[in-house]
Amino acid sequence: MGTSITTDVKVRPVPTGGGGPFDPGDPKDWPPGYSRDDAREPAKYRIGMWIALGSISMLFAALTSAYIFRETKPDWISIQLPSSLWISTAAILASSISFELARRALRLSRHALFSRWITLTSALGLCFLIFQIVAWRDLRAQGVYVNTNPHSSFFYLLTSLHAVHLVGGLIALLAVTAAALRSRIGFRKRNVAEVTAIYWHFMDALWIYIFVLLFFL
Amino acid sequence: MAEAHPVHGEVHRHEPPSGFIRKWIFSVDHKVIGIQYWFLALFSVFVGMIMSLLMRLQLAWPGREWGFLKTLLPAAAENGTISPELYLSLVTMHGTIMVFFVLTTAPQGGFGNYFLPIQIGAADMAFPVLNMLSFWLTFVALAVMMLAIFANVIDDTAAVGVVGPIGGWTGYAPLSALGERAGPGQGTGVVLWITSIAFFCVASLLGALNFITTMLNLRTRGMSLLRLPLTCWAWFTTAVLALLSFPVLLAGGVLMLFDHIGGTSFFVPAGSYVNGQLVMEKQGGSVILWQHLFWYFGHPEVYIAILPGMGLTSHILSTFARKPVFGYRAMVYAIFAIGLLGFFVWGHHMFQSGMDPNTAIVFSVITLAIGVPSAIKTFNWLGTLWGARIRFTTPMIFSIGFVSLFVSGGITGIFLGQTAVDIPLHDTYFVVGHFHLIMGVAAIFGMFAGTYFWFPKMFGRMMNETMGKIHFFITFIGVNCIFMPMHIMGIAGAPRRYSSHEGLAYLGDSFMPMTKFVSIAAFVTIAAQLIFVVNLVWSWFKGPKAGENPWEATSLEWTIPSPPPHDNFAGHEPDVHHGPYEYSVPGAEKDYTMQTDPERAKSAGD
Repeated sequence: MGTSITTDVKVRPVPTGGGGPFDPGDPKDWPPGYSRDDAREPAKYRIGMWIALGSISMLFAALTSAYIFRETKPDWISIQLPSSLWISTAAILASSISFELARRALRLSRHALFSRWITLTSALGLCFLIFQIVAWRDLRAQGVYVNTNPHSSFFYLLTSLHAVHLVGGLIALLAVTAAALRSRIGFRKRNVAEVTAIYWHFMDALWIYIFVLLFFL
Repeated sequence: MAEAHPVHGEVHRHEPPSGFIRKWIFSVDHKVIGIQYWFLALFSVFVGMIMSLLMRLQLAWPGREWGFLKTLLPAAAENGTISPELYLSLVTMHGTIMVFFVLTTAPQGGFGNYFLPIQIGAADMAFPVLNMLSFWLTFVALAVMMLAIFANVIDDTAAVGVVGPIGGWTGYAPLSALGERAGPGQGTGVVLWITSIAFFCVASLLGALNFITTMLNLRTRGMSLLRLPLTCWAWFTTAVLALLSFPVLLAGGVLMLFDHIGGTSFFVPAGSYVNGQLVMEKQGGSVILWQHLFWYFGHPEVYIAILPGMGLTSHILSTFARKPVFGYRAMVYAIFAIGLLGFFVWGHHMFQSGMDPNTAIVFSVITLAIGVPSAIKTFNWLGTLWGARIRFTTPMIFSIGFVSLFVSGGITGIFLGQTAVDIPLHDTYFVVGHFHLIMGVAAIFGMFAGTYFWFPKMFGRMMNETMGKIHFFITFIGVNCIFMPMHIMGIAGAPRRYSSHEGLAYLGDSFMPMTKFVSIAAFVTIAAQLIFVVNLVWSWFKGPKAGENPWEATSLEWTIPSPPPHDNFAGHEPDVHHGPYEYSVPGAEKDYTMQTDPERAKSAGD
């Protein structure tokens, strides 16, 4: 029940860390199918997402320290930057912008527009992944494998770990897109869209970070 | 108590699942998951204990042939003796299983899962499905770890004569990154071992995410941060530590897997010479890199193991001293301080790695600074006990035992935190004695205290007090007999990780009687744990029925039936009006004020 409701929900902001009493707003303003648990959801997912991002940041921070340490050793040979990475970088940057446009459309309850932007975002996300794979294939064609030299080791390691995380975001994104295309964006899917946006932008920023670390530092 | 507020506080009622599999196997109920974690830890602790028993047999009677070993470990100990390699694999697996699957699992995944939502007045964790996933990933991790014991079944050219890798629970490079040529179990064994740890990391991260979100978002009306029981603060801080330290171990683990499977060289330096072979194909790696990544996780891990025990001890001491916790705020800040400082001291595990003495001094000073919040906690525990009419129940004496072990284990931490003392003691039994007392046994005492304290709530029946007290006294005296002599042997220079001290000229035979004494004390202490198991099983079926609040305690879990219903508060959210430790409040009619009790009229003294 309730998944196809599109009314705007008035929920007062839920106190997250301040210790004040939890206030879900006036139940008279709740749409049908909405419960106290639902009133907590937006904050819950947002907190959970930021915590997850903290943890992912630590993973890549640890790998960065290993990278910086390893770079100083004499057997380090830099690999050529595969040109398809420029395309994938452009794709993921564009996907962040289209995701923001989708989010704005959702906030204005313009659902047809939202569907269009979110579909474009998914397409750009897939495009990013495809061009990452093209980059791996290019390097393999040149004979650059994971064990060729430390730089190539880090290249495959960082890009594949990023891809693993990105695929998680892509699955959520595709779920939101599928719901949007069937015009079933209720308050629950809206939460998913909001946190997926946070995650997606983080994946974008993380990719730029990895790209710069690998080839421009 | 929950029935007292029928008007407001209607929440979405969760219907309990009906099928056996959804209810007991793939359950999303935090209480079932907590019990699953607890039993996973109980299984693991017995595996780990059997391994320590075998090690103690070898140390006290080196080279002796044991008939039962031929049946127990037909592949690893064909002729019934414990070879040096087998001994090292026992050391490795004992440490790994105990640290990850017992010390990290039971206090946080077990008790934390079960009681954090109830103590904050929530119906479940924030993300129940994620919670189920983190338990089952932990289970997979344990299964893969068990597989590492039988690595030779998978790869019959590898891991002959051992029960896993032989590199210790710290898996130091380069030996952990070179495969089978670095010793039996170092190939397939290490791959399985590090895979298991990677699974465990992911599981712990999902768990930590859930704990933090739950505590920040799901507190009930009136449950302000400073009305939280100290157990909640401990679980929260532990979750933050796990969240920030496990990713670093995961990074190290992934690099190590790449070294094994991908042919990379992250951890193997050029010119490594191992077991008579020169390593030709790898160069440029760093063994110190692994140590940094490992200990950046490894030190916070120590607090992941002990902080929940500290929270529990504070909670239980206050309950049975019938007094508020001495300095509640100071206790909360001390937990934070320990957690925070814990991230800046990993270098004290690496004083022997050729570290610049100036760097070592920084690590040393921060390490010693942890003594301050630790002392605050200890003195506040003593302050809580001071002048109290103590009820000496089993959970209470285990908590007092925790304080005792925390002090004896913590004092030697001050010794080892100083470079000049650490360097001669580092590879001796002094360190073994130190960390077993504080991280091993003190944390285990926290778990025992928690079990005896919460068993009535979890299973609706009281545990047997007489058996509990016998269990306590044998265990408490036993662990001191095991680990105290290790300090003396360590100062005399007895090296750790050796399968035998025979033939060490500077030790001679002088420590043989002490070694035998320690072994016998270990056997007695291990045997005493069977009393606990008997008590557990007997009480589960035959123990006297426990009421809602058998200990006359104040926190929210004691306002609901034992065992609690599926959604904890039967569809209502409790209203909290008091702090968690309002015992013996002057002018109150009974000596404890429940957190949900209606507010009293303020008297002049308030």
